[in-house]
Amino acid sequence: MFSYPVVRTSFLFLAIALAGLLVADIAITTSDPWQDLGRFFLGVATPNFFSTEGLATALLRTVSFAFVGVALGSFFGFLLSLVYHSLPVRVFCAFIRAIHELFWALIFLQFFGFHPLTGVLAIAIPYAGIFAKVYSEILEEADPEPARLLPPGTGTLSRFLFARIPDSWAQIRTYTAYRLECGLRSSAILGFVGMPTLGFYLEASFSQGLYSDAGAMLILFYVLIATLPLWVRPKLVPLYVAASPFFLGDGLPIVWGNVARFFTEDIVPAPLRNGEGMTELSAWFGDLMVNEALPGIWNTVVLTQIALVATGILSLLAFPLISRHFGGPVRRTSGHVLLVIARSTPEYILAYILLQLWGPSMLPAVVALALHNGGIIGHLIGQQTNKVQLRPDAPVGFARYSWELLPRIYRPFLAFLFYRWEIIMRETAILGILGIYTLGFYVDSAIQNIRFDRAMMLILITALLNIGVDALGRYIRRRLALQTMPTC
Amino acid sequence: MPGFEFHGLTASFNGERVIGPLSLHIQEGEHVALVGKSGAGKSTLITLMYEQMQRQAALVPQALGLVNALPVFHNVFMGRLDRHSAWYNAWSLVRPFAKDREAVAALLDELDMPRKQWTPAASLSGGQRQRVAIARAIYRQASILLADEPVSALDGPMAHQVMSMLVNRYDTSVIALHDVDMARTYCDRIIGLQDGQVALDEPASQVDPRAIMALY
Repeated sequence: MFSYPVVRTSFLFLAIALAGLLVADIAITTSDPWQDLGRFFLGVATPNFFSTEGLATALLRTVSFAFVGVALGSFFGFLLSLVYHSLPVRVFCAFIRAIHELFWALIFLQFFGFHPLTGVLAIAIPYAGIFAKVYSEILEEADPEPARLLPPGTGTLSRFLFARIPDSWAQIRTYTAYRLECGLRSSAILGFVGMPTLGFYLEASFSQGLYSDAGAMLILFYVLIATLPLWVRPKLVPLYVAASPFFLGDGLPIVWGNVARFFTEDIVPAPLRNGEGMTELSAWFGDLMVNEALPGIWNTVVLTQIALVATGILSLLAFPLISRHFGGPVRRTSGHVLLVIARSTPEYILAYILLQLWGPSMLPAVVALALHNGGIIGHLIGQQTNKVQLRPDAPVGFARYSWELLPRIYRPFLAFLFYRWEIIMRETAILGILGIYTLGFYVDSAIQNIRFDRAMMLILITALLNIGVDALGRYIRRRLALQTMPTC
Repeated sequence: MPGFEFHGLTASFNGERVIGPLSLHIQEGEHVALVGKSGAGKSTLITLMYEQMQRQAALVPQALGLVNALPVFHNVFMGRLDRHSAWYNAWSLVRPFAKDREAVAALLDELDMPRKQWTPAASLSGGQRQRVAIARAIYRQASILLADEPVSALDGPMAHQVMSMLVNRYDTSVIALHDVDMARTYCDRIIGLQDGQVALDEPASQVDPRAIMALY
């Protein structure tokens, strides 16, 4: 079995994760975690939809920010995809998408303040980077033959409109719609840094112990996402996009002096700002690396590796829930509901809830990441098994799982897992804002101490780390000849 | 001497030469049939001629090159994208102009495909797809037609109707055909290919059927 590179790679990652568990801080620190968890589930079971009028507004804002952000991201991503063959553009896009929405929000908050622009740009910028990459891949796959047959005098625009766009249009539309769902999740968590979306009210309800209010919000959010195909109709999309800018709320006015100061003073490393020399600058950088960046990187990597393997294990356990090769329709329907809940809940919200219940440690983060990502991958490979035709006399039960299905879906499973490696790392870094000692924790502390120069440097380091893991993930997928479609 | 000159046509596949080197002179007003067994290099030769003319020809490739997501009208209209401005073309994508609609509709009528103008190419049958590619080539109005098995998916009467339409609409053409009778009926000159070389080149009226059979 170990002669298969796929198996060897899997066990290597398993070993790394087990080693990570030895050094990781895994604990439940609250005195009575199960009672809190029970009260939370009781809250979800007894949702209170009428507690505040804020709930409807929060939902409206969540949808509006998602629409404006994704629409802008899609528009600029499309423009970028046209010049994606140029290396500087590719590097630029890789960079802007390596920075998490919440980090973008934290940056814009410092100079735009609580203005809608902060939330809109926080979604639009990283999404533009992702759209550029995926759109350019889709456009490249268009059949080249029709373009070859066009009369030579045909202009570039006409050539593009007739011979490239129509062939790619369906895929572009599907992917953009899928991204809208991701945008709703991004929009919801922007509330945790003060945008008027769902996360804001969720945090408020939680901190006051109003679990029934929190439960109502979560349920409405699931309904919103589950019914997307019903209310997002192709014909209605232009209407939504045109209307949503008017429902972002007012926020606070932008003080343009802050914007100028942020770029010319705040983010300039302190020694340079004070006119000190290179020795002070290198001392500043050394201090930042030793006391903040390196511990942050270490914790981020350890947590990522544990969460990655936990995600993998959970996906493999979860996919039979929706596979037609196991159980009856009742079991499968409830399996679908479970997986929809797992993948619709942003890992940030899951981690927030679990942290409230279990206290600060890496455990809530690992569980949150595994639940969300395991839900996504479990759903995808479960669907793949539904295309598998088993012979009529195929074994049943565990033998069917281990001999018939697992070997068939293991490669696509690994492809998805390694694709999500970079996403898991990006999320791990951001979970630091909740108080786990990953890179986001140090970014957040630097911002709270009004040391934006340090915060920017740490965000830069986080982005480079993500780009590195993305490259490594792609290298491994290429080495193992694993192919996949993009997920978010 | 007016006409079309092709020099040094060669093609290699995996280091092995599959065509040429060969030169051809096609006279204006001449309909040339390319015959030979499959693998003799007919398709490759057509492609080479198309590229040597820097795509200044109307081409019906074997794979047809239709845009599946677009309706029949647009697939045909693509033959003349160079005649209009980018705005005219972009507008036509959304709302075609009446005179283009009429021109394309007339062409489709002649090809026995009335009322198919707005059907997406993806949902057409094989024979219909082939006729759309032919309509596009006719609509193109280039100086020469290069066609690779243009009637392979059409049944008897329709194949004849389309062949006579092609030679009527184009003064000069080079058409790869596997049907030797069709070649002799519609073309003036027959070029037989064998192992990537010209093995036979004679006027259709004088060609000896046994010489053609020897190619297969």
